This record gives sequence, structure tokens and C-alpha cells, in this order.
Amino acid sequence: MLSVTNLHVEVGGTPILKGLSLEVPAGEVHAIMGPNGAGKSTLSYTLVGREGYEVTQGAASLNGDDLFALEANERAAKGLFLSFQYPLEIPGVPSLTFIRTALNAQRKARGEGEIGAPAFLKLAREKAASLKIDFDMLKRPLNVGFSGGEKKRMEIFQMAMLSPKFLILDETDSGLDIDALRIVSEGVNALRSPERGMLVITHYQRLLDYIKPDRVHVLAGGKIVASGGPELALELEETGYDRFSQVAA
Amino acid sequence: MSLALALQSGDVTSLPSRRDEAWRYTDLRAALRAIPEASPKDEASITAGPFAAIAEAEALVIVNGFGPDRLTVAPGEHRTVSLRFIASPAARAHHAALAIEVAEGGFLTLLESHEGLGSDYVSDLAINLQIGSGATVERVVILNDSAEAISVVTATVDLAANATLNQTVLTNGAKRQRFETHVSHPGQGAAVRLDGVYLLGDASHSDQTTVVTHKGEGGTTHQLTKGAVRDSARAVFQGKITVERGADQTDARMGHHALILSERAEIDAKPELEIYADDVSCAHGNTVGALDEEALFYIRSRGVPLIEARVLLISAFVGEVTDRISHDGARQVAQDWLLASGMGAS
Ligand SMILES: Nc1ncnc2c1ncn2[C@@H]1O[C@H](COP(=O)(O)OP(=O)(O)OP(=O)(O)O)[C@@H](O)[C@H]1O
Ligand SMILES: [Mg+2]
Repeated sequence: MLSVTNLHVEVGGTPILKGLSLEVPAGEVHAIMGPNGAGKSTLSYTLVGREGYEVTQGAASLNGDDLFALEANERAAKGLFLSFQYPLEIPGVPSLTFIRTALNAQRKARGEGEIGAPAFLKLAREKAASLKIDFDMLKRPLNVGFSGGEKKRMEIFQMAMLSPKFLILDETDSGLDIDALRIVSEGVNALRSPERGMLVITHYQRLLDYIKPDRVHVLAGGKIVASGGPELALELEETGYDRFSQVAA
Repeated sequence: MSLALALQSGDVTSLPSRRDEAWRYTDLRAALRAIPEASPKDEASITAGPFAAIAEAEALVIVNGFGPDRLTVAPGEHRTVSLRFIASPAARAHHAALAIEVAEGGFLTLLESHEGLGSDYVSDLAINLQIGSGATVERVVILNDSAEAISVVTATVDLAANATLNQTVLTNGAKRQRFETHVSHPGQGAAVRLDGVYLLGDASHSDQTTVVTHKGEGGTTHQLTKGAVRDSARAVFQGKITVERGADQTDARMGHHALILSERAEIDAKPELEIYADDVSCAHGNTVGALDEEALFYIRSRGVPLIEARVLLISAFVGEVTDRISHDGARQVAQDWLLASGMGAS
């Protein structure tokens, strides 16, 4: 499904990722943990195609498609979705209009017909209800004036509406209250399927209690320095990242 | 110095140029070497105008300056008029004047279009609008001039007490284009809204100039102009509000906000508030910025191609202006116009 090999990425001339390799097969959920500034968000931005993230070496593919040969919007149409660590505000564009535009753009790119207004609204009501999002909020401009937690919930709502094939969650748990964390996790778990893969970036075991990972990786100093089963996350809670700082340096 | 004068005399030295303070950013003298011959009367087949979808509108058509010179709305009468100024493919140079009178308590929805079917014509139009007491005019203007045209529209508006003028002007510009609105504001419960949108590409130019004079107590003027320019286009906004001595309790607000999408594009904004009265509430704001690159990336990361993402942001930005149009049909036409403006390309 997602395959990253020997990825080197520079931001503003500074090397951030230094030979990162990662395989996430279809149907699996992998967690990435690691100290602040390790390059976790850099990895997710590079995969979805943000400008300014220069790939100097290495490759990444999703279901065999070379990601770096595609525009950001083309990657999305192939099913790649990033739930942003810091979602952006889009003034003047109602959330529903935004999502409908995105959904139809993706469908068009895949050669599918547009979704009609009634079918779209029905879907939106259904997904909003399951994520306990007030439908009126969806009429407001996307993320403008939303609280930190509301923005995160809106990311998951977009994800539910777009039903991507590969999900990257960049610290989706930060800013969520206890109930929201459960609701959002249920939303994510509802998308787990044998055809989907997920990469969950988090600092806390709490999220992984809800979204149970198949594998856990430690990203430090721009590389994956350790990988293991779900127990690795529990160990990290105890020991911290100290023992990896030498490996990374 | 005026285009009307130059058309009458055939003398290009009568054209306003950048030496005239009010025409500093819209130099007609530099744009026109000789005055073309007069446009012929042309009855050629005319296609549907931009407001064709609004079925209840009666049409008033002026082609190459030929057509009716008067429009009246009787006391208490409600009319919706599609006023079409057309420059036909044979157009060269023409002038027309139209007097519009809306009597006491009347209501006129004026859907005004300036449609350039020719190429390098010169057009000068003078509109005089009298709005009687308690009467209302909703004026929505689409300037659809040809890229090579020189076009000047000058409206002088007189309001009586408790009269209302709500105006929205939408333009894609021309070689040189000026849309001027002069309002004599009596205060006394009269209310004016003067809005504008410009979306300019290539080498087009557009100038929206407004001059409002508050002469009596208790009047309002609310202005909001928003636009975007790309390529080597140039937008001009000149807004002047004068509150004369004694025009107390005037409420005047003026906003001009623009997006500049290329380094070669230019925006000249000159907001002016002159206040000689007491106890007035006046405010103005003027900003020029770029499209938010991070927001663009966010939209693209959801699957929307770059050009569409730009259109989405630009039309959301200027949509604040078209949202203020109260006539449902006209607002829809304006919103469709935004999406069709082709501003997404870079
Ligand atoms: N424009 C830039 N120029 C130089 N360094 C940059 C630039 N942008 C980001 N960085 C650096 O890249 C490194 C990786 O940042 P990144 O956001 O990927 O970390 P992260 O692992 O997501 O951290 P966190 O856990 O705090 O979210 C940081 O040290 C950051 O300061
Ligand atoms: Mg991060």
C-alpha cells in the first residue's frame, strides 16, 4: 500500500528527513511516535505534496503510484488524505461547499460522475450525526473561528465524507477533549478495512488505546530508529526517547 | 476635459489625462491617438444579455448610443428593467445620455449591462438618476466591455428624503474603463450603498470612482469594493465622501480590499473622507494582499486542482460584496459571473 524508501527531505535548505523507510501494507494501522522536531509532520507534508518540502533522494508510492510524480490534488484523488496537525481557515467558503467541491473534484479526476445535492446532504447529515457535529456548524466558513478541537473534528468529518484509501493522522488527538477523542477514534475505526491503510502520528498512548496499531515506529533525527508491536508505545511511555538520541545522532 | 467633449469636438487634446488629478490613474489621452468616426446605427441581431435569466425584466436597449433617452417609474410603481447598452461589432465612437426618474414611493430594479460586441470602440454614457422621496433603486451593473475598448460611464444621482440607492458594479475591465458615480445625498433618512467588484486579467484596466456629498442630517452611505488583479492588469478605486457642515449624524463607511495575484499587476486606491459636520460616524479601511498560499495548499490537498482552488478563494473573497445584493435573481447572476470570470489561471 504505502511504501517509502530511503527518503531524504530538505526544508529551506536544512535536511530534515535523512533516509526514512517505511512500509504500511493494506489493512494495517501503523503509529509513528517521536520527539518534537523529529520530522513527523515533515513526513506527512512531503507525502501529500506541500511546496517547500524538497525531496533530494528516495521514493514514495501508494498502491504502486509514484507519489512524487503527482500534484497534491492528484494524490488526494488517488485516495491519500492528511488530517492536519494545524488545520487552516478558509474564509468565505462554507464547510459543506468546500467538502462538496473537493469530493466532486476527486470524483471527476477518477472519471466518476458528480454527486448530486440531495445525496451529498444525506451523506453529510449521516456523517455529522455519527461524529456529533452540529449541522449548523457546517454552514459556517471552514474552520473560521472554530475551536482547536472543533477543527480536528472537522478534519475527521472531511475524512469521513471523502472516504480516502490511505489516512495520515498528524496529532489528531491533540486539542480534543475526552469525549471528542472517543468519538473521533470511533470515526477513524469505522474506516478501518482490509483495503485501507493508516499512519497515526501521536505523542500519546491514549489515542492508541482507541485506535489499536498493528505496528509502532519511532522517528528520531529524520529516520525510523525502532519498530515494534503495540507494546513499543507502552515502553516509550515509561522510558521516553533518550535511548534513541544516540542512534539518531 | 472629458471624453464627451472630445467626442463632440473630435479633438484628442480634450481627453482627460494623468495631468488631471481626478484622472491620474486613468489616462485616456495616452490610450487614444485619434477620435474614431461616429458609430453607425446598427440593428444587427442581438444575443441574450447577462441578465436574460431574469424573466420579469422588461428590456430597454441602446445600441451604439441609439435608443430611448428616458426611463420613468410612476409614483408607487414597481418596475424591473434590463437596461442594455450595447456596442455592436460596427461600433466606433458614440455618446448617449439617459435620464431615469423614479417618482415618490416607486421601486426600480435596474439590471444594467454594458455589452461590448465590437473591439476597439469608444463609448461615453451619461446617466442621470432622480430618486424621489421614499423611492428605491436597486442597481446591479455588469460591465462587459471588449478588451480593446475605451469606455466611460458617468452617473449623477439625486436622492430625495428617505430615498434609497443600492448599487453593485461588477467589471472585468477594458483597455481603459471608468465607472463614475456622483451622489448628492440629502441626509434625512436617505440611504446609499455603493458596492463594486473587479476581477481583472491580461492588460485590462478598470477605474471605479465614487463621489458622495452628504448635504443634510442623518444620512447613511455604505461602500464596499473588492477585487483581484493578475497579469499586468490595473485596478483603480477612488472613493470620496464629503460630509458638509450641518450634515450631522451622518453614518459613512467605506471599504476597499483587494488581492494582487501577480507582480506586474497594479492597484491604485484613493479613499477620501472629508468631514465638516459634528457627531458623525465615519470609518474606512483599505487593504491589498496576496492569496493565502497555505490555504491554497490545504484546498489542493483535498483534491481540488490549483485553478479551481484559486477561483474558490477569490470568489469567496469578493463574494462578500455580491452577498449584499438583495434581488435573488441578480445575486445569482452576480455569483455565476464570479465563477465564470476565469481568474483562477496564473
Ligand atoms: N522552513 C524551515 N527551515 C528550517 N527548518 C525547518 C523549517 N520548517 C521546519 N523546520 C524544522 O524541521 C524539523 C521537523 O519539524 P516537524 O514539524 O516535521 O517536526 P514534528 O516531528 O512534526 O514535531 P512535533 O512533534 O512538534 O509536531 C524541526 O526542527 C523544524 O524546526
Ligand atoms: Mg508535527
